[in-house]
Amino acid sequence: MTSKQRRQLTEILFLLPTILAFIMVIIIPFIYGIFYSFTDWQGTGTYSKMVGFENYKAIFTEPAFLHSFLKTLEFTVINIITVNVVAFVISLLVTSEIRGRNLYRAGFFVPNLIGGIVLGLIWQFIFSSILPAIGQALHLGFLSKSLLTSKDTVMFTMVIVNTWQYAGYIMLIYVAAIQNISKSVLEAAEVDGAKYWTRITRIQIPLMANAFTISLFLTLTNSFKMYDVNVALTNGGPVGVFMSKPVQSSELLALNIYQTAFKYNNMAQGQAKAVLFFIVLTVFSIIQVSYNKSKEVEA
Amino acid sequence: MAKKQPEQIERMAGSIPHPGRRIALEILTLVLFILFMLPFAIVLLNSMRTNAEIINSPVGFPENPSNLFKNISDVWNNPTFNFLTSVRDSLIITIISLAVISIFSAMAAWVLVRNKTRWSNFLFLMYVAAMVIPFQVVMFPLLTWFKTVGDFIHIPLLRSYQGIIFAYLGFGEAMSIFIFHGFIKGVPLELEEAADIDGCSRAGTFFRIVFPLLQPVFVTVLVLNGLWIWNDYLLPLLLLGASGDIRTIPLAVQGFNGSFVKQWNLIMVSTLLAMLPIIILYIFAQKYIVKGMVEGSIK
Repeated sequence: MTSKQRRQLTEILFLLPTILAFIMVIIIPFIYGIFYSFTDWQGTGTYSKMVGFENYKAIFTEPAFLHSFLKTLEFTVINIITVNVVAFVISLLVTSEIRGRNLYRAGFFVPNLIGGIVLGLIWQFIFSSILPAIGQALHLGFLSKSLLTSKDTVMFTMVIVNTWQYAGYIMLIYVAAIQNISKSVLEAAEVDGAKYWTRITRIQIPLMANAFTISLFLTLTNSFKMYDVNVALTNGGPVGVFMSKPVQSSELLALNIYQTAFKYNNMAQGQAKAVLFFIVLTVFSIIQVSYNKSKEVEA
Repeated sequence: MAKKQPEQIERMAGSIPHPGRRIALEILTLVLFILFMLPFAIVLLNSMRTNAEIINSPVGFPENPSNLFKNISDVWNNPTFNFLTSVRDSLIITIISLAVISIFSAMAAWVLVRNKTRWSNFLFLMYVAAMVIPFQVVMFPLLTWFKTVGDFIHIPLLRSYQGIIFAYLGFGEAMSIFIFHGFIKGVPLELEEAADIDGCSRAGTFFRIVFPLLQPVFVTVLVLNGLWIWNDYLLPLLLLGASGDIRTIPLAVQGFNGSFVKQWNLIMVSTLLAMLPIIILYIFAQKYIVKGMVEGSIK
């Protein structure tokens, strides 16, 4: 074996583990997944026949799925706003002249260390026991019964929990961006007499455009894929009505996909929903990133 | 980037020292911070109550804080929760997955950077494109596929350590290769050429010369993958099963929560125990975790 051959062999061996795992875990299941969504697949290795677009037609007329889809959009939009607003405000606070900045930064990030199942349970307790107890003691009507039991308020419980969980992470990204802004730019503005608020809106925010692209992308995908907190906090409940059919009023798409396959034993339709989920998420991400990129300025 | 002095950071945040405003900002930050930490206090306080006490008055200071120890021993010895076993399983899965992901991804990224061919470009683009594929679209076919392959090679991939670790390699490698790729591009080729001339083998060049240089980026890869794997719920649920022999901490917490009529004091203890390992790690490795999260998102 020549040294060149030996060298090539080493490099192939170096690539092999990741290529093997990639093909076995992503590529093959992905191709199967798209294929199965056009069959009457029941979760085994085989299927009995092709059904064309039947699964897709079925899910587009299914109230529970359409409801889930709309709820996921609603949740995603509200959540993107709350997470980013809270994260941005905190990032301004912890980069200002206050004492204990570093401690605060580290502290606000803590909820992000903990998994959605554990956080969901903690907040289920807060919403179902703690807040009603406070509401009753203080005679606050809207708090005296659990926010989880009404279909009008349950969405906000998920937004609160996800914002609490995720804002600390997005804050770190904003903090890094703020620290990257060159001090001479801000000093020049200060010398020119720009007020604090003007400096934030006219200088800091435009110079942080790249951080907004990243943060919006992360919150978009994170909100759209929300699953753990959904399961542990509400598990889809309470029951609501949509298109005159009973639906799970807080069941977001990821949970709906899972339930279709395992609660209702309809693997093929669950898979068709998952394919649609992938397409919608990809399209949204591309639109968001290209829109934000077009707004970025060269600093 | 050079380390910035504290006053420089203050200036960059666009603030002239102003005692009145500083105190206002400090109070605002403190209030927000207390709000953020409140759920953790609630967990701790309610871990110290009896179940009857929670039903009567979940707010306020617990009547007898030493109940904490009784509750902990109840949860600790509960066969459904089986805390120590789940910590062990979570540790095994997380640590081996991290080792496999980081080493194999670094090897692959290095080969991809040092070989500029059509193939290496194609492979790299595949990994980048795969990052947008959500877990949902591959999860159902992955189950059947793993069952089929496991039966074929007589090594079970479902309900086994090797199966879930292999899956984590598949799902974690794309982003890790991407991060290593970006870093290795900046590693000067001269070092490797010198090793080459000295008769070092290709593998030797990687492990002795390149690998040690990757240390800073290793932190990023370990933190990003580590937090995700440690807290992941859906993949273990599917591949290990809700009541299999191997149970990670999120599976154990969720199983415990569903196992009997809500005894919130014990559930709070279970969440407290579940949070403990990662919080302890954060206290010691806070600097690295924050750095890893920020760099991982910006790349």
